[in-house]
Amino acid sequence: MAMLEIEELNAWYGASHVLHGLSLAVEPGEIVALVGRNGAGKTTTIRSVMGLMPKATGSVRFAGTELLTLPAHARFRLGLAYVPEERRIVPGLSVRENLQLGLLAAGGRIDERAAIDEIARTFPRLKERLDQQGVTLSGGEQQMLAIARAMIAGPRMILLDEPSEGIMPVLVEEMGALFRRLRDEGVTLLLVEQNVEWALRLADRAVIIDQGEIVHSSSAAALLADKAIQERYCAV
Amino acid sequence: MDAELIAMQLFSGVALGAILVMVALGLSIIFGMLGVVNFAHGALFMVGAYAGLYVATLTGSFWWGLLIAPLAVGAFGMLIERVLIRPLYKRSVDDPLLLTFGLGYVLVESVRIAFGNEGMPFPTPPELSGVADLGIGYFPIYRLFVVGVVAVVLVLLWLGLEKTRFGLIVRAGARDPQIMRVLGVDVAKVWLMVFGLGVGLTALGGVLAAPMRSVDPEMGALVLAEAFVVTVIGGMGSLVGAVVAGLLIGIAVSMTALFAPEMATIVMFALMALVLLIRPQGLFGKPGRA
Ligand SMILES: Nc1ncnc2c1ncn2[C@@H]1O[C@H](COP(=O)(O)OP(=O)(O)OP(=O)(O)O)[C@@H](O)[C@H]1O
Ligand SMILES: [Mg+2]
Repeated sequence: MAMLEIEELNAWYGASHVLHGLSLAVEPGEIVALVGRNGAGKTTTIRSVMGLMPKATGSVRFAGTELLTLPAHARFRLGLAYVPEERRIVPGLSVRENLQLGLLAAGGRIDERAAIDEIARTFPRLKERLDQQGVTLSGGEQQMLAIARAMIAGPRMILLDEPSEGIMPVLVEEMGALFRRLRDEGVTLLLVEQNVEWALRLADRAVIIDQGEIVHSSSAAALLADKAIQERYCAV
Repeated sequence: MDAELIAMQLFSGVALGAILVMVALGLSIIFGMLGVVNFAHGALFMVGAYAGLYVATLTGSFWWGLLIAPLAVGAFGMLIERVLIRPLYKRSVDDPLLLTFGLGYVLVESVRIAFGNEGMPFPTPPELSGVADLGIGYFPIYRLFVVGVVAVVLVLLWLGLEKTRFGLIVRAGARDPQIMRVLGVDVAKVWLMVFGLGVGLTALGGVLAAPMRSVDPEMGALVLAEAFVVTVIGGMGSLVGAVVAGLLIGIAVSMTALFAPEMATIVMFALMALVLLIRPQGLFGKPGRA
């Protein structure tokens, strides 16, 4: 069974129809790169999966469970986490509290201290700043915090919306290593990226979206080698 | 004018302010989280006072009234949120405002029908009657009690907000409900409880205020106006602001009543105008937040 299976997805912002019958499957334990030019519908696809679109039809199944009929908050409890493009570090909260937000849904079933210790080992930069306000972190650190918050409760799959955007190259490399490690531990990743080269080197498979439809699907290596298709659909 | 009189009036203002703090906190919590300006808040203050009187008469004990009325009215508040306000969240911000505005009238008229137009006395419980000599003057014990209760409630609220999981949800949910949903939190359930909490606080204010005045169907109107002034001065949605501004207004009104009685109601609006001129977002408000 696919981890995430999207079929005939249509989505609207008010009257504007943005996704047109999009279908896409992500198998357990793989990294799929979802690329496409600005405004193609990448964020909308993720937002539909997360239940954040005002209107979406079709079918989205996560590990066999239909999501479109569930309230938005049900997804995280099924093991589906999301790192939004804007990171959404909550103002007024410390780094530690932002991490704790990722543990709320577990309702005490996860030992908070142990989980934060473990996440601090993965993200040493956060460890030194646990009691600092989250919004005072640098952009890269905020991105790390958003990823840490999404993975602290041990999700089965993470949707990442342009995690490398505006981040120093060394941090991007660190992030790549982290994503590989997560995949090796069995976590499934859907990676939306504008940094196509980087994403394709990391991913197992690649999917291109254009004007709300999937227009190409192949192994990541094949797309990496095919400059013509990249030019056609991913050039800014 | 001697120092003792001034001290007593000052304290009177603190007690008055303490009640205002309860009402304004409820208003502010509800606005900060749900974005709803609750115009029924004054009426619910009044309902709290009547509920307190009713329970106290029924059981023969003020203490049961003090305990049960805020809980019962808070539960009633949750019902209001669930049934009347929740369907309006997706619509314009004016809709909940109009709804609560109308609801306020319905509550006032209902109480009028049930208990009559006349004010009713709410006797001070005997164990809290009389005055205490604090060395700097004689203070009514009941007012000391009110300030004490409000102080305890504030400490509990602060602990609840800062130290518990529910408090973390409330603080984060006020800033970014969407990320809370994505992290698996059922925000609607939190809103329900926050609305109940806010209404419970104003009802507690109503019960506490009742023995210092009498109970009548219109008693919520002026309190609502005062609570709005408090939230504007303190900063919409700021809890610290509600506390500081509530005490400030209580003291200002009380002191003006001593020196220039005819100015007592005007002074709070003058203060509000002043704050709005100097700091439009209020003393503790964040700029740019509607
Ligand atoms: N809130 C909104 N209201 C109306 N239209 C929107 C909204 N957000 C996005 N759109 C439109 O939907 C389409 C898809 O946008 P989406 O954000 O999904 O693209 P994207 O692939 O994520 O782009 P980018 O690479 O710039 O992030 C675009 O045409 C965009 O203009
Ligand atoms: Mg996008």
